Amino acid sequence: MDQFTINLLFVGASFALYIGIAIWARAGSTSEFYAAGRGIHPVTNGMATAADWMSAASFISMAGLIAFTGYDNSSFLMGWTGGYVLLALLLAPYLRKFGKFTVSEFIGDRFYSPTARLVAVICLIVASTTYVIGQMTGVGVAFGRFLEVSNTTGLLIGACVVFAYAVFGGMKGVTYTQVAQYCVLIVAYTIPAIFISLQLTGNPIPALGLFGEHAASGEALLSKLDATIQELGFNQYTAHNGDTFNMVLFTLSLMIGTAGLPHVIMRFFTVPRVADARWSAGWALVFIALLYLTAPAVGAMARLNITELMWPNGTEGQAVSIETINSDEAYAWMETWQKTGLLDWEDKNGDGMIQYYNDASPAMAERAAAEGWTGNELTKFNRDILVLANPEIANLPSWVIGLVAAGGLAAALSTAAGLLLAISSAVSHDLIKGAINPNISEKGELMSARVAMAVAIAVATYLGLNPPGFAAQTVALAFGLAAASIFPALMMGIFSTRINNTGAVAGMLAGLIVTLVYIFLHKGWFFVPGTNSFTDADPLLGTIKSTSFGAIGAMINFAVAYIVSSMTKPIPQEIKDLVESVRIPRGAGDAVDH
Amino acid sequence: MSDNQSNNAYWSANIRLIAVCLVIWALVSFGFGILLRPMLSGIAVGGSDLGFWFAQQGSILVFLGLIFFYAWRMNKLDAEFGVDEE
Repeated sequence: MDQFTINLLFVGASFALYIGIAIWARAGSTSEFYAAGRGIHPVTNGMATAADWMSAASFISMAGLIAFTGYDNSSFLMGWTGGYVLLALLLAPYLRKFGKFTVSEFIGDRFYSPTARLVAVICLIVASTTYVIGQMTGVGVAFGRFLEVSNTTGLLIGACVVFAYAVFGGMKGVTYTQVAQYCVLIVAYTIPAIFISLQLTGNPIPALGLFGEHAASGEALLSKLDATIQELGFNQYTAHNGDTFNMVLFTLSLMIGTAGLPHVIMRFFTVPRVADARWSAGWALVFIALLYLTAPAVGAMARLNITELMWPNGTEGQAVSIETINSDEAYAWMETWQKTGLLDWEDKNGDGMIQYYNDASPAMAERAAAEGWTGNELTKFNRDILVLANPEIANLPSWVIGLVAAGGLAAALSTAAGLLLAISSAVSHDLIKGAINPNISEKGELMSARVAMAVAIAVATYLGLNPPGFAAQTVALAFGLAAASIFPALMMGIFSTRINNTGAVAGMLAGLIVTLVYIFLHKGWFFVPGTNSFTDADPLLGTIKSTSFGAIGAMINFAVAYIVSSMTKPIPQEIKDLVESVRIPRGAGDAVDH
Repeated sequence: MSDNQSNNAYWSANIRLIAVCLVIWALVSFGFGILLRPMLSGIAVGGSDLGFWFAQQGSILVFLGLIFFYAWRMNKLDAEFGVDEE
């Protein structure tokens, strides 16, 4: 059986499983759909939240970004887990006590203003749409490889599947489908990691293998990796090479953004009790940590494997020959990935070998001149392919490769479809019914939801063809936007009795607009390539990259809200009472339908 | 003690607990993982140093501990101040 058939089998079987569970545990009405979390154990709920949360960015993209940058990209690991601490301590229990279903409803009620609710909805739509662009990038990579077509074709096919999946809808809300998706996703991520850790270090736990001994050389794995890539002119893997200030801001943006993204917060609205909201965040992080503790090992080990494949005789010896790449089974992955257009090589100096090294490093110039190299010949290695290619690179059995394909698709599809649902309901329910046309018929509301979904996916697909970054980087921009707009409003709504309606609206608008403009200046207006005035290599303000700006946006939001509130009328007594009641767990009834 | 005073005492106890947890949260990530890493570079951990371990493993483990600790402490505080559910 060839690899293509095996992939098809695994992906098909996993889809059949999700659909089977969805039919078995069918959600009937809207309130059942929303209430799916009630009466379900916090552990099960945590697993479902983890599936909801971990998207193409975590599964497909993150380890690749760590692999090619090393320590400096630890921000992704700390940021996307540290946000759960903020969520559990600062938001989840209080929003559960408040007892409604959506983030914009809380902001509308707490700031006693339909305008505040409308602004919150706009913030949610902007952040979610950016998030979907990142997911579509990942979907394109996964479908391109799995159907063995170009990245563009893969993206277009993937977009159709995501659209169908999202319209099919209800499946998303069924907690047990998400539990199944989590299981597929985590098994698919850890099995190859365990195999590779055993191959390289003899330790079956990748997180320990990362700090263990490289079996072949007897050195520590990380020292071996550092030495190997430094000989080729690359930065030391474990060293801090980038800017410290930017790294701190980037980590903070991801943390605050995690606690400001509506589709994660929503899950805590519907747990049975306030106490459960506290536990649920912990259980969600347990299941997320299983992947996040493994990811740095996947990155480091893959980097070592790739380098050793390109230099089979050691970095001092001869590079791999084109003949070997074309004939040796161990290099078959290079040809399959070349088809997607995301991996490429070129024998620039015509010596029949492919030299992989850092041609920008001055230290390498001398050796390159002596050996007749005319530049790095592994010309393209898209970071987003690393996790999906990893089992092939390590020469693992074909069933593992099929499993990873199924896992990657589960991660990308579930989150993309969930976000599209969130966008469409925000547009039809909050924007059109809540503000523009309150008398819209139910049929009209449903129609506008479908149209909003179709528009969102068309925009995301178009921009996914020329994405503003690798999947995880684009998703990081979405987190920056959520950090700058939603999180401060929620936090001030709970922890301050001074911030009033005008202050909250001004704060959210200031945070969103300043952050959006900063991102557009660096990534192009509305992410259209070529319309940017700055790049992240040489940003507008000091060393602050556009992906790190969310933390600054959040501070602007806090400051503007505070100043404007102190110049305008204090909040009315009944809102003070509302804030008081949100702070006390007693009296939390069931969450009510709206 | 009136209801109001008791509620205020409950809220300040909560704020103190949150503050302690967030100091630890910042210390292991921004501190040990990034800013204080040079100071920890003398402590070797498997081919790198303690700061690298905190950035890629340790901070995540501490985050987990913090959330469960906070949930456990708060559920006890709820009962102590008589503001728990039921």
